[in-house]
Amino acid sequence: MTHIVYVPIDATARSVGADDVAAAIAREAAARGEPVQIVRNGTRGLCWLEPLVEVVTPAGRVAYGPVDVADVASLFAADFLRGGAHPLAHGRTDDITWLKGQERLTFARVGLTDPLSLADYKEHGGLRGLRAALSAKTGSDIVEELVRSGLRGRGGAAFPAGIKWRTVAGAPGPQKYVCCNADEGDSGTFSDRMLMEGDPYVLLEGMTIAGLAVGADQGYIYLRSEYPDAERTLMAAIEAARAAGWLGRDVLGSGRAFDIELRRGAGAYICGEETAMLESLEGKRGMVRPKPPLPAISGLFGKPTVINNVITLASVPIILDRGAQFYADYGMGRSRGTLPFQLAGNIKRGGLVEKAFGLTLRELVYDYGGGTASGRPVRAVQVGGPLGPYLPESKFDVPLDYEVFAAAGGMIGHGGLVVFDDTVDMALMARYAMEFCAIESCGKCTPCRIGSTRGVEVIDRIRNNERRGPNLALLRDLCDTMTHGSLCAMGGLTPAPVLSALEHFPEDFQR
Amino acid sequence: MSSDAIDQALAASGHLPGGLLQVLHGIADRLGHIPAEAIGRVAAALNLSRAEVHGVVSFYHDFRSEPPGRHILKLCRAEACQAMGSEALAGALERRLGCKFGETSADRAVTLEPVYCLGNCAAAPSLLLDGQLRGRLTGERLDRLVDTLVAPAEERA
Repeated sequence: MTHIVYVPIDATARSVGADDVAAAIAREAAARGEPVQIVRNGTRGLCWLEPLVEVVTPAGRVAYGPVDVADVASLFAADFLRGGAHPLAHGRTDDITWLKGQERLTFARVGLTDPLSLADYKEHGGLRGLRAALSAKTGSDIVEELVRSGLRGRGGAAFPAGIKWRTVAGAPGPQKYVCCNADEGDSGTFSDRMLMEGDPYVLLEGMTIAGLAVGADQGYIYLRSEYPDAERTLMAAIEAARAAGWLGRDVLGSGRAFDIELRRGAGAYICGEETAMLESLEGKRGMVRPKPPLPAISGLFGKPTVINNVITLASVPIILDRGAQFYADYGMGRSRGTLPFQLAGNIKRGGLVEKAFGLTLRELVYDYGGGTASGRPVRAVQVGGPLGPYLPESKFDVPLDYEVFAAAGGMIGHGGLVVFDDTVDMALMARYAMEFCAIESCGKCTPCRIGSTRGVEVIDRIRNNERRGPNLALLRDLCDTMTHGSLCAMGGLTPAPVLSALEHFPEDFQR
Repeated sequence: MSSDAIDQALAASGHLPGGLLQVLHGIADRLGHIPAEAIGRVAAALNLSRAEVHGVVSFYHDFRSEPPGRHILKLCRAEACQAMGSEALAGALERRLGCKFGETSADRAVTLEPVYCLGNCAAAPSLLLDGQLRGRLTGERLDRLVDTLVAPAEERA
């Protein structure tokens, strides 16, 4: 009997040696005459256990991790191919507490399947959403289904996706586009990457449904260049989907056309802002456009354009397949469905936790995350990327719901959490926020372009004890100008981490 | 040689609507940088002004105007990696290579660049070495990695 062994091909797993582990397992199996088939799956999202090797047993998949090349011989000696006991064994993967409590809708297949196997994809429910969309009477039926699901943009702005689609569908003109924003530049976020590497077809399926809904026949994925693994996987997936006839001139024999082209970004954080992304897709400098006009009316090449984040589009197939109500039954308030939270930074058990809205930071940081990796006390958590505020422990019990969390001074954004222990200097983190803005500002508006550089200087003066009172007042004044005078969220939200550091950790600004 | 690379990149992507970035990537993938002669050639082929092409080259971090060293090491300096001690690694790298971020070591072995997030935030700190991602770095692991990069140059000398 051939033993099936899963070794993730996800970039995080590979970054800590998964390729070498896979090769070592193949070598050892050959030497011992054990017939083994190695499947390179997506990651289960238990990143601290990567490389996480799974073997198929009659009782289900059994997990071992983190596996080093040096562990491979002892795994064979322990008969891991038949689920044998070993210090790295975690029992049945599905029984691991961390995974068991999750509500995986968007990430349902990630980690289970070979990302590029169309057979795996269909066997695990793939293409059912697209078939449902094709059997819908009109595009507007699809749009209204999405509206009823309550799905909001997962890139950070949380705008209702269905309303955006309705605007594009209603805009006049024969040529429309669907653009997937895969410029996941926020530190602490990696759900887009994990999805694209672990289940690329679900993104292509979601984009195709968007095209059918609004009447677009061309899609673009704008992928950041920092994700070479995701690029290879997506390119292969697009080719395979075309060959299988569900991308191209005749989507699944429906007579409807939809194709997708992948475009690589070039290392500019600002191109995650949707209008800068459009400029970049058009081959220009990634300069932010003023709004209006909305991209839904005048977007790529001046045509009506749906722009959604990877996770938003990848959540569409399950909504079409299971129905709007199924999805809307998860969550709280106006935050419906699930969000893949990403636990990162100084955290003991980092990785991806997909849960319905409504849980708390405390559950994520302590129950899932296990506190800090360093073992020291948690001091601050930055939620929502470089433009998100730093939150102290007193905010850890606020439910993660877009509105409730915002009212408490937080921002869910793209769902990334970066944990810091008590050695962090929050004045330095505030300085970094300004410095990052100075490096990555597109330069179109003055508050962002000039304000960020002045911000670094003022924080330096405060840290050097130069005219502390007036300089603190100046910093707040500068933040006010950036917040209210910037063209986009880059300059507009850079003050959020700065002001939150000042508010919650003032002692770090006086030495 | 650089002339061929420019032709090949234009042939591969010049027809794409708004495909300037893809053309420039094609050149950079082949040559490691965008040589000065490419600006005018690409501008003429795509019916753009030289200023427009130069503006795009200078806007994006990925396009460098000078050839890089034999290896390109991009260390992540964003928040999640900072929380795991990346700034100490950054300082150690600058001292070891004798160059600052954005520069190339004197022996041309390594071009050192910052990057702001590699999406490996649950296995921080991270770097990208010649397009290959490495995570859970420590000072020691980084040292061993740099050994493999600078060794060939020392042998030649």
